[in-house]
Amino acid sequence: MDRNRWTWFEGLALFAAVMMVINLYMGLIRAPDPVNLQTEVTRKAQHIFYYHMGMNVMAGLGLTLNFLSSVVYLITRRRFWDMLARSAAEIGVVFGVGVIVSGSLWARPTWNTWWTWDPRLTTATITVLLYIAYLMLRNAVEDPNRRARFAAVYGTFAYISVPITFMSIRWWRTIHPTVFGGSNPEAQGAFTLGPTIRQAFMFSMITFTIVFVTYIVLRMRYAHLEERVTALREQILLKLSHSAEAEPVKGGRP
Amino acid sequence: MKVFVQAAWAIFWKDVRAEFRTKDIITGMLLFALLAVLIFNFAFELRVENVRQVLPGVLWVAIAFASILGLNRSFVLEQDRGSLEGILLAPVDRSALYFGKMMGNLVFMLAVEVVLLPVMVVLFNVNVFHPVVLLFVFLGTLGFAIVGTVFAAMAVNTRAREVMLPVLLLPVMVPVLIAAVKGAANVLDGASLSDVTNWLKLLVVFDVIFLAVAFMTFDYVVEE
Repeated sequence: MDRNRWTWFEGLALFAAVMMVINLYMGLIRAPDPVNLQTEVTRKAQHIFYYHMGMNVMAGLGLTLNFLSSVVYLITRRRFWDMLARSAAEIGVVFGVGVIVSGSLWARPTWNTWWTWDPRLTTATITVLLYIAYLMLRNAVEDPNRRARFAAVYGTFAYISVPITFMSIRWWRTIHPTVFGGSNPEAQGAFTLGPTIRQAFMFSMITFTIVFVTYIVLRMRYAHLEERVTALREQILLKLSHSAEAEPVKGGRP
Repeated sequence: MKVFVQAAWAIFWKDVRAEFRTKDIITGMLLFALLAVLIFNFAFELRVENVRQVLPGVLWVAIAFASILGLNRSFVLEQDRGSLEGILLAPVDRSALYFGKMMGNLVFMLAVEVVLLPVMVVLFNVNVFHPVVLLFVFLGTLGFAIVGTVFAAMAVNTRAREVMLPVLLLPVMVPVLIAAVKGAANVLDGASLSDVTNWLKLLVVFDVIFLAVAFMTFDYVVEE
């Protein structure tokens, strides 16, 4: 392969990296501290929001894509959809953990605790655990076709239980802020979106969506190369065993 | 339709009869559930102010883990003696196999609960035989049987099969556990049926959706 020429996914990765650097500037430096928060440290900690929400979008996209590809796999049985489902689930899990960790970092100064058994936090954790179980299931099945079928079935069950889990939090009270779509009177550490904050937020959403697409493309390419390596290795082993049968190794011990 | 019911009944009756001869599954599940309740009693010293609020939690932990024990056996038996292939060769709809297996697992779990509930009444001095509480217990158990049967059929074909089932099943069952525990706890604490309709609805919705998905996907699990 000609290494001097740039492939389009390398360009995409570079673009995503540049966008992320600008995004860091927008969120951490350019965006002002929200005025309605009480203490200095909570105002600074609010900047985590841009990345917390961004990773949340990535995790959500990943898990939704996993569900859609699982269903399409069961209908079409094409390996492509299985690989896509796996890639999406991996990205969903990694950024789901990112959402929880970044939320925890924010909660320490704002709620004065790393962790609380709030419904929102609990359901998010359960969702991540669901997809870790999904990846464990994939690892535990040897046969590729059976693995793809089982994973698709589990992915369907897992995604259906996500909205039910989220629905159930409506019947509890939560201290997690609701930034969009109504306000939560019991939320602690909530803030309002001014024009500059909104701008930084929108930029962050776009950036994280681009990063998501980049990761999917790269992960799919990796999965594809992995399959090719496995196929080539099998071919080589086959050839070696054939030649070993044809002529015994010369120069060996007598 | 008649063939479907007959086939499902045949599978169900086979499982029940096999179980009556050995009594392995039910005895194991029951002993496990009782031990879990006893351990809870030691671990938490269940003499809290309001034992009614904690009791459903203890009950459901016992039921959840005991049912995983039973569900694991339900397909291991078929797999080890190669009888699953035989059943799959039969010219009937595969969801009939699912339905028969699911009913079998449900009956085993309910049999365990029939013994477990009176024991809990004696140990904790709380009357759990309230019709709404029993409804919550039944609907929750049904949910476990519906999803558990599909996942047990998958787990038995994986490398670490006994370990796989709880890892797969428990996170999916969380809404059922929450609804069953919260609903039953509120009723035991004096709430009326109208106060817990939310939890009841959640349980029913969950059971119906998951039964539909299980019917649609079970074919993919057992096809070889």
